[in-house]
Amino acid sequence: MSSSNLNDESNLPAGAQATAGERPTIAKPRLRSPGGETTADVATQAKLEVEGLNFYYGQFHALKDISMTVPANRVTAFIGPSGCGKSTLLRCFNRIHDLYPGMRTEGKLLLDGQDINDGKVDVNLLRARIGMVFQRPTPFPMSVFDNIAFGVKLYERLSAREMAERVEWALRKAALWDEVKDKLRQSGQALSGGQQQRLCIARSIAIKPEVILLDEPTSALDPISTGYIEDLVNELKQDYTIVIVTHNMQQAARVSDMTAFMYLGELIEYDRTSKIFTQPGNKRTEDYITGRYG
Amino acid sequence: MRNENSVYRRRRLINRSIMTLCVSAAVFGIVWLLLILFTLVWQGTTALSLEVFTERTRMSGGGLGNAIIGSLIMTVGGTVVGTIVGIAAGTWLAEYGGRSRLATVIRFINDVLLSAPSIIIGLFIYAVVVLPMGRFSGWAGIAALAVIIIPVVIRSTEDMLKLVPNTLREAASALGAHRWWVVVRVCYSGARAGIITGVLLGCARISGETAPLIFTSLNSNQWNFFNLGSEMPNLPMTLYQNMTINSFIPRQVELAWAGALILTAAILILNIIARIVSRESNKR
Repeated sequence: MSSSNLNDESNLPAGAQATAGERPTIAKPRLRSPGGETTADVATQAKLEVEGLNFYYGQFHALKDISMTVPANRVTAFIGPSGCGKSTLLRCFNRIHDLYPGMRTEGKLLLDGQDINDGKVDVNLLRARIGMVFQRPTPFPMSVFDNIAFGVKLYERLSAREMAERVEWALRKAALWDEVKDKLRQSGQALSGGQQQRLCIARSIAIKPEVILLDEPTSALDPISTGYIEDLVNELKQDYTIVIVTHNMQQAARVSDMTAFMYLGELIEYDRTSKIFTQPGNKRTEDYITGRYG
Repeated sequence: MRNENSVYRRRRLINRSIMTLCVSAAVFGIVWLLLILFTLVWQGTTALSLEVFTERTRMSGGGLGNAIIGSLIMTVGGTVVGTIVGIAAGTWLAEYGGRSRLATVIRFINDVLLSAPSIIIGLFIYAVVVLPMGRFSGWAGIAALAVIIIPVVIRSTEDMLKLVPNTLREAASALGAHRWWVVVRVCYSGARAGIITGVLLGCARISGETAPLIFTSLNSNQWNFFNLGSEMPNLPMTLYQNMTINSFIPRQVELAWAGALILTAAILILNIIARIVSRESNKR
């Protein structure tokens, strides 16, 4: 049970508490977070709200009564040992679990106040609003240009010039343009691992989502590429809500505003990153971040 | 460095003898292949001339033009039909069927069909097409060849689609693409070279099939371009007839060798193209 989280409301950011009852407005807040984290920095509108979420892989109860609020225009990190359910939770946000039979979700998952598991929600339109980048880079077997155009073409009919502009915009946003501007017609799979991952980020950005889910985006990359991606995450949070799953605690500490610690399918503790890493409220969180298990 | 001891010497001896065995086995196999090719070229080139391609088959000699055209039409026809059906079925097996009961049954039947003797397939088409129509026809020939190539295409399509990593499907779905579009744009892009290779190899196989044609298209010594309702001349059966029932005419035997050479050359070229296609895809 995530009782520790529910009872200890003082752990939640002010904004997250306030949104429990009220509906957030549609307008995106463009708050900047200049370095230092204070409570006021984190206090922002709720983008995603999870209420009593349970998830099952067949008989296996993988997520147990998760409740949390993901603030808009912030980076929220999920940490925890292997198998704790952090990727499973992330994958609930864009309903990618729908691809496989035998999986079941219970409870509420709200995007801007609307339940995404509602039967009326078109899953593909949902995924246009919530992009995802995977653990291993997944460039499609086509050119760099087509990799980005693929997603855009699903939703918009653009002229060749508009498409070229969009591709350039997305690649610039993902800090990849300078490296690939002469290779747009080459296969996306010919790029280096780090470039491929930024290509995947550009591909997600190109369809202008509101939320970007990153599932251990740097675990297959070298330290330099990891640095690029982390800088990028910091840039992107001005325009997007970012949720990142990571195995690497230092990474969570470096890039995130909020951190959720999960263990065995439960949300153990969820708070401002600075607080989680300096004065965790739960013994298990403390044990994990001090390296006693993981 | 360690000194050589008995264990190491024994290991090296075993290594060398196994190596020798493998090399001699490979040489043994290749020698026969080269002998076949050499005999074909030796015997075939003597009869090869322009009129082999321009004249039709006659008792008094002539050429193989009609047989080449007939074979070409039926092979292309069979390949087109077989590719459409085979890719569709293979895609269903790999992308939608999964481990369902129906898919398992179809997969098993397909494996049986893959190794079925081609004469049985000819007999089957004879029963369901030739007998009802009342005559041998090009259509029946195309049907028989299609049935032979379908399992080949199904198998290679399914295998190649299974090689496309699942993460690519997830990534495409995560952008909000519908399932069928993921298959068409992403999975086929990844599996294209493998599928084309499978089709080309299947095409090479049916271009030389003789047994299924005996029951279906039969053979003819007339030109037949697109009259698929009647008997179609074809290279494999002409070859067989010239070498057996007509073997008392020296010119016919020569033509048979020429036909064998042409057939082999065509299959060789198809195989080489298949190789190039698959190598191109590996480069990426």
